[in-house]
Amino acid sequence: MAAILEIDNLTTNFYTEYGTVKAVDGVSYYVDEGEIIGLVGESGCGKSVSVLSAMQLIQTPGKIDSGRVIFDGEDILQYDSKGEKMRSIRGGKIAMIFQEPMTSLNPVLSICRQLTEALEIHLDMDIQSARERAIELLSMVGVPEAAVRIDDFPHQFSGGMRQRVMIAMALSCNPALIIADEPTTAVDVTTQAQLLELMNDLVTRLNTSLIIVTHNLGVVARYAQRIYVMYAGRIIESGPSEEIFENPRHPYTIGLMRSIPRLGEKRGGRKLIPIDGMPPDLIFMPPTCAFLPRCTYKTKQCQEEPWPALRQVGEKHRTACFVDIGEKE
Amino acid sequence: MSDAKNDHMVEVQNLKMYFPINRGLLKRHVGDIKAVDDISFFIKNKETLGLVGESGCGKTTTGRCILRLYKPTSGTISFSGTDISHMRDKALKPLRRNMGAIFQDPYSSLNPRQTAGSIISDPLKIHNMASKKEMDEMISELFKMVGLDPRMTDRVPHEFSGGQRQRIGIARALACQPSLVICDEPISALDVSIQAQIINLLEELQEGLGLTYLFIAHDLAVVQHISDRVAVMYLGRIMELTSSEELYENPLHPYTQALLSAIPLPDPKAEKIRQRIVLKGEVPSPANPPPGCHFHPRCELATSDCNVEIPPLRDIGGGHYVACLRV
Amino acid sequence: MAENLNNSTEPADVGEAVIPPHHSEWRRIARVFVRRKISLIGLIIVVILVICAIFAPFIATHDPLKTDLRDVHAPVSTKHFLGTDELGRDTYSRIVYGTRTSLTIGVIAVTSSGIVGMAMGMSAAYFGGLVFALIMRITDALMALPGLIIILLIAGLVGGGIVVVTFALAFGAIAPTCRMMCGQALHIKQNDYVLAGKAMGMGSVRMMVTQIFPNAFAPLLVGMTMAMGMVVLAEAGLSYLGIGIEPPTPSWGAMVNEGQAYILKNPLLSIVPGGAIMMMVFGFNMAGDGLRDAIDPTLRGAI
Repeated sequence: MAAILEIDNLTTNFYTEYGTVKAVDGVSYYVDEGEIIGLVGESGCGKSVSVLSAMQLIQTPGKIDSGRVIFDGEDILQYDSKGEKMRSIRGGKIAMIFQEPMTSLNPVLSICRQLTEALEIHLDMDIQSARERAIELLSMVGVPEAAVRIDDFPHQFSGGMRQRVMIAMALSCNPALIIADEPTTAVDVTTQAQLLELMNDLVTRLNTSLIIVTHNLGVVARYAQRIYVMYAGRIIESGPSEEIFENPRHPYTIGLMRSIPRLGEKRGGRKLIPIDGMPPDLIFMPPTCAFLPRCTYKTKQCQEEPWPALRQVGEKHRTACFVDIGEKE
Repeated sequence: MSDAKNDHMVEVQNLKMYFPINRGLLKRHVGDIKAVDDISFFIKNKETLGLVGESGCGKTTTGRCILRLYKPTSGTISFSGTDISHMRDKALKPLRRNMGAIFQDPYSSLNPRQTAGSIISDPLKIHNMASKKEMDEMISELFKMVGLDPRMTDRVPHEFSGGQRQRIGIARALACQPSLVICDEPISALDVSIQAQIINLLEELQEGLGLTYLFIAHDLAVVQHISDRVAVMYLGRIMELTSSEELYENPLHPYTQALLSAIPLPDPKAEKIRQRIVLKGEVPSPANPPPGCHFHPRCELATSDCNVEIPPLRDIGGGHYVACLRV
Repeated sequence: MAENLNNSTEPADVGEAVIPPHHSEWRRIARVFVRRKISLIGLIIVVILVICAIFAPFIATHDPLKTDLRDVHAPVSTKHFLGTDELGRDTYSRIVYGTRTSLTIGVIAVTSSGIVGMAMGMSAAYFGGLVFALIMRITDALMALPGLIIILLIAGLVGGGIVVVTFALAFGAIAPTCRMMCGQALHIKQNDYVLAGKAMGMGSVRMMVTQIFPNAFAPLLVGMTMAMGMVVLAEAGLSYLGIGIEPPTPSWGAMVNEGQAYILKNPLLSIVPGGAIMMMVFGFNMAGDGLRDAIDPTLRGAI
């Protein structure tokens, strides 16, 4: 399988009045054709910024300082961010789904108009066939009575339905890749389940690749084939999702697993083991591992040497840690 | 459930909270949002009752009714044996000392123009709990209790992180040594690695101070972890109420079953074999709830009498309450 | 490790012992004014004018009321920096004392209308219901009154003068202040800290004074700074029309009016007070602009 999108050593900084925020610091990852990957981490870890950078959607004071984003064999970071080529990729070949559907949809345009616009621009469809295609897309994402509801406006839809519309928009131009940035954070659990099942079905059927960006480990466990865990602007662990969940090797990933309550745990049963402290200030980053102050496995080496690079700890399983935390310790 | 028992700190009976919808020039009353629609439950001394449900199910409104931030439309709420449901503000004030409240958003729940110390001292001042001399001492005690550095009392909220702000909120709620604390989504605005810190803090404080919690959240895994008993709400009504373990091991209401199966597990192997019940349709509007059982339009088991008869919340043994005709 | 400890800005693994540095709100405001040159200029103008008003007797070279008929329409000289008027009064000294008149009227009118308007607006927002409806109808009525005509009417009935002008200008500024405060307070009321206050049994007065007012005040302060400019302008207008400040008292508006008759012979007589009015209005508006940016939390970090 060939990688459809490859991000190589991407660095994005935000130049604020307080100093330089190292939002994404040399991040590399890839997605294969038809693959679902998960990008997991807490707020401020750079997961969203990394995908927005790939799409050249970073605004001042943010700046992409280095790296390559290879899509279809070409480095799309070289394209002009407002140019023809980049626009044909954005929304055409790579589609995005955002967290808050209400702000991503234009409130004064009907759903029909918003869906057909992309079809007319990217696929050169005429009005009639674009409308037919839009209705087809809406019913595909499970909007009941699509032919009637297509002329409604975004505020007439509920949160879950709006997110379905967003999915329909993302699929409209048969993209090779969909990037879903916290797609279900704003909706309830039962709606989340509906949306995730829907997205999974659709991308599997259409052989589209999918990047799910989320803070919720559970969301990616069911669907993602591979997972990247990010912390303080870097990828600290990556691997097949079963490996990551069953045999996490980075102290941060291990900490996360221990700190979340599991369904079905008895009251007073297992005590949660929180990760002490807070994520680092991205302006004042230590030269050593950024997780060091919160780490329970730290050694002398961690305090002396700079942040370690990712290293192989299993087939396809990589972690950025000096310490060899044994399997199933 | 009707006779007030001694070990029940809170006893809620047939609570209804309707918010009127007024339209037009004359503000004509055209309907009600039935946020809470006839619910009854109790909270035992020193236990944690979890209240779980999706947005708009009335869980927050229930909490606010108990805090008497709202005046209930009907029904009674008794707190330590006193009916507070229609008490006037003045009579209520001394009772408020015994109730603490923790809010969801650590950003909007703290006044940005007050220092952390002053925020925590507010309840002490209002209830005359400390002289000026004792105040500083008490504030730094409270700071230490919730794991904050007492040297930071003169900082304003925006200088603290989300987790620290929530600790300030907890210190404020506990300042007057209340017996009951209403925790309204206290961790859902926090990062995953910080959530466990706050959950543990809440558990430790409960143990140390003998607190009673009403823990409101949408995350069933968290609620189950911290609660002795859990009530599941849907569209203003309690669907099921039972002990934490029983709810997981033996969920009887179809909605509870769907809710449980919708929660993504951080375990790929378990996820692959798990059957997921995906509910059809969406939650109806609380302004116009369906007749009969509120859940029947989305229920797999619904029959013709489900849209006529309102299922009562009945005890099927061992303190397991279910509101379903099909169980 | 040693390197780590030497660098004090790094919250490294020293852990609990180090508390993060204190970020002061004042320094942020100062930074905005330093960055935005035009606001800084506005602020400097305001400060200079305030100094002029307070220390007028020391800054002026002559008694602004003393006439000298032997030295009328004197040209610019070292004795009279800006010449003299048709009665031989020193224009420079009259301008300096005019600052006092303008600022006194401005400050009194704006603060008094501010206090009344803010109290009304906050009560309306906090208590809601009938109180809200009543106060809003009162402000509607106030806003429907044509301000200038009312002032002319009052002036016609009881005569002009500093008291009447101040009162009239203050009266006119109540309704907008009330509206603005009400909007702010309604917005702030939605915050959970107000709910938290209620849950702990905080009384209405305490709630308004400690929770709502401090948060609503900043934008109001901006509005009031800008209102200063408007009030100063209105006072000048009224004085120009001859119903403001009574003649001997130096007032910029009246000076423009008086100088108008000699516009060809001695243009400085109306140009200088006109310019002074412009400067003051500009100063307050620009300072207000800067203040707005300084306290706007959405700009936090950007400036």
